Amino acid sequence: MRPYIVTNGRTHPSATLELLSMVRSTGRVACDRLGPEHAQTLRLCHSPTTVAEVAGHLRQPAVVVKILLSDLIGTGAVTTHDPTATAEVTTDLIEAVLNGLKTRL
Amino acid sequence: MGSRPDSDAFPWQLKILIAGGFGVGKTTFVGSASEIEPLSTEEHLTTASLDTDSLAGVERKSTTTVAMDFGRITFPEDNVVLYLFGTPGQDRFWFMWDELSRGTVGAIVLADTRRLQDCFGAIEFFEQRGIYFLVAVNEFDNAMYYTPDEVRNALALHESVPLLLCDARDTQSATRTLISLLEYVLTTSAPQPTP
Repeated sequence: MRPYIVTNGRTHPSATLELLSMVRSTGRVACDRLGPEHAQTLRLCHSPTTVAEVAGHLRQPAVVVKILLSDLIGTGAVTTHDPTATAEVTTDLIEAVLNGLKTRL
Repeated sequence: MGSRPDSDAFPWQLKILIAGGFGVGKTTFVGSASEIEPLSTEEHLTTASLDTDSLAGVERKSTTTVAMDFGRITFPEDNVVLYLFGTPGQDRFWFMWDELSRGTVGAIVLADTRRLQDCFGAIEFFEQRGIYFLVAVNEFDNAMYYTPDEVRNALALHESVPLLLCDARDTQSATRTLISLLEYVLTTSAPQPTP
């Protein structure tokens, strides 16, 4: 993929997406109705994932992936969720991860 | 593939930054702790701009492209995913740490005793922003050995900041370092018990 060819020369995504914004395909748009780049992006969103992870798998700059995802959000193929905010990082959340890490030892 | 919006809920996220100088082992650490092969992406980050809302400010905004390595550990029972972000090592990228550090639970500053000065910037950054961090001395082969007290003195670390040794290549060691950070965050952020 050539970064700014797949985005049609666009350099700014239309949706507000951060690296840890979560994305997931809705199942409402079939991959075979999309161009190869959008289809590849959509396939990576089969289960909830992050913009960063999709970008890592596509080996594309995050901004390019944000544009592709914006298109998919626009057509209803993908739904998105904001990253967990600082205020939502509770003691319970930290403890859950802490206990989970301990089981990995 | 059916549409099941509620049965496939988005997970909670926790983010830990792995910081330190160039070549100190950040990517190695992320790779050891992560359940996936570390991924990398380039992000265009905007330098601070005083008036981003006005068109007059547009010319003064500039962006820098930075490569970041990251990994993750999933905890399905609790629907939580821990993300580990290796921060860019070069000094000239400090300015964009604000964006990376937003929403982070804490940071691990990796130190190499042969080049302790390389992590001064990271320590200063987290101290100034009140972000919880600990210092983990990455034990390189043949690295000169210093006692923890010597390292603490050299880094002028506050006595409350944990200092420990780790081997970034070792999954157990990296995991234990993550555990130490979260335990530190929990004990430090907990309300003091009333006597």
